Amino acid sequence: MLTVDKTKPALSIRGLTKVYAGGLQALRGIDLDVMPGDFFALLGPNGAGKSTTLGIVSGLVNKTEGQVELFGCDIEKQAFAAKRLLGVVPQEFNFNQFEKVQDILITQAGYYGIPASRARESAERHLRALGLWEKRDQQSRLLSGGMKRRLMVARALVHEPQLLILDEPTAGVDIELRHSLWQYMQQLNKEGVTIILTTHYLEEAEQLCRHIAIINKGEIVSNTSKRQLLSQLQSQAFTVELASQHELTEDFALQGFNLRVADAHSFEVDLPKGESLNPLFAALSAQNLAVLSIQPKSNRLESLFVDLVRKV
Amino acid sequence: MWIALNTILSKEIRRFMRIWQQTLLPPAITMTLYFIIFGNLIGQRIGEMGGHSYMAFIVPGLIMMSVINNAYANVSSSFFSNKFQRSVEEMLVAPLPGWVILLGFVAGGVARGLCVGVIVTIVALFFTDLHLHSFWITTLTVLLSSVLFSLGGFINALYANKFDDISIIPTFVLTPLSYLGGVFYSISLLPESWQLVSAFNPVLYMVNAFRYGILGVTDVNLALCFGILLVMIALLSFISLRLLAKGKGIRH
Repeated sequence: MLTVDKTKPALSIRGLTKVYAGGLQALRGIDLDVMPGDFFALLGPNGAGKSTTLGIVSGLVNKTEGQVELFGCDIEKQAFAAKRLLGVVPQEFNFNQFEKVQDILITQAGYYGIPASRARESAERHLRALGLWEKRDQQSRLLSGGMKRRLMVARALVHEPQLLILDEPTAGVDIELRHSLWQYMQQLNKEGVTIILTTHYLEEAEQLCRHIAIINKGEIVSNTSKRQLLSQLQSQAFTVELASQHELTEDFALQGFNLRVADAHSFEVDLPKGESLNPLFAALSAQNLAVLSIQPKSNRLESLFVDLVRKV
Repeated sequence: MWIALNTILSKEIRRFMRIWQQTLLPPAITMTLYFIIFGNLIGQRIGEMGGHSYMAFIVPGLIMMSVINNAYANVSSSFFSNKFQRSVEEMLVAPLPGWVILLGFVAGGVARGLCVGVIVTIVALFFTDLHLHSFWITTLTVLLSSVLFSLGGFINALYANKFDDISIIPTFVLTPLSYLGGVFYSISLLPESWQLVSAFNPVLYMVNAFRYGILGVTDVNLALCFGILLVMIALLSFISLRLLAKGKGIRH
């Protein structure tokens, strides 16, 4: 691994703007800091500017104005030093479909000046860690969608970057694989790799990330710790499951509670944050409804995200 | 930088070797047909040209035509394919200077040009005897010509947005220039006005320099041939590097 100045932000963006050739202003002067060792989520609706921002950081998109630094290295003035610190997993498959899995990694390492013997060792380590070692001699086009995603993760890591950018890494990936990728990302983060993640799965950001920025229409509308962001929630949703003898109809209601029937035996209810659950249980008892389980909805970010994006 | 350069070159060689049926075999077949039809059948009726049998006269031109077409096609199709599959991004995110990318692809084009040149030469030996008049002039001409056309293929690929765009230049520019570049005839056979027009065709200088290297005969001054080649290589290298720095066709 390269030695880097970990007193400087892993990523520092100042006044970044991007106007595409057709006149579309994708970024309107964004400022952003990601500290070393962080697991950071950059969230936003489609077309908000996430991929443009990460594209500029990766050297795939030309910026119009502004400054970007990786661990204190300017991406223009010290481009090569900055690029050595960065690994990128893009949203879309971008490897040669006819190359063999292992060759893709060794070639990528070669672009970073890593000799073939060291590249082979690194490729083997990451392919094994991501469960692709058995497929090393297979043409990449023959891999499943999930394997292709893992191949891009392995490729991004082959030169041992300090900052890893993952642009929707689990899009279209099944649940089991998603969880194994989450575990791997958490392990990398524990080993000291700073991770920036964009995703449309808000529960992914909620589970993995410590800081979250939300971008909309080319502007950062929120940038704070996950804890602080979630503290802005005015209410929290719970899923209540009733005993099987009770069958709920669509017009089921409890006076004083905002609820939605999920199916014949469960409903979701919004409760003011910090208030006791007892009144809910009392209301259910009054109707002789027995509660089997109650759990907070895991996707707490969703309502915040929708609120913040609507404000702009 | 040497490792990165070697990586691109190895990848390029691996690519054209993997699809040898599309890259190495067709020129061998096409040139065999040229040798049979133009060299053997029609050539016997034409008699001598430039003091040599017609077959011996057209062999250097046909070898050179194969070299430049394949050098061009290798770079244009490979780099455009990298753009199309977005695997060019693998290079853009890496600490690779533009000149390494350019040199790697040009070296790949030269490698294919030379491979095809050797194959076509071997095929030609079945039809005629070949004696090298000057090894160095022959080698230098092949190298410089394949470098020049590899650069042309690279610029074509940067501008191309679809696969059709990389076949337009070979079809409408390269083929006519090759056919009118003295491959099949000595330009001394042309009326003076057409000789003047031919003087603007760069392929004419490559074919003649190469023919001089093999047969010792040329229609044009050799110093002029190499001067034109070097100036055009310098010009296309400069344009390619400028386009790469701007991100033409590869960065938004």
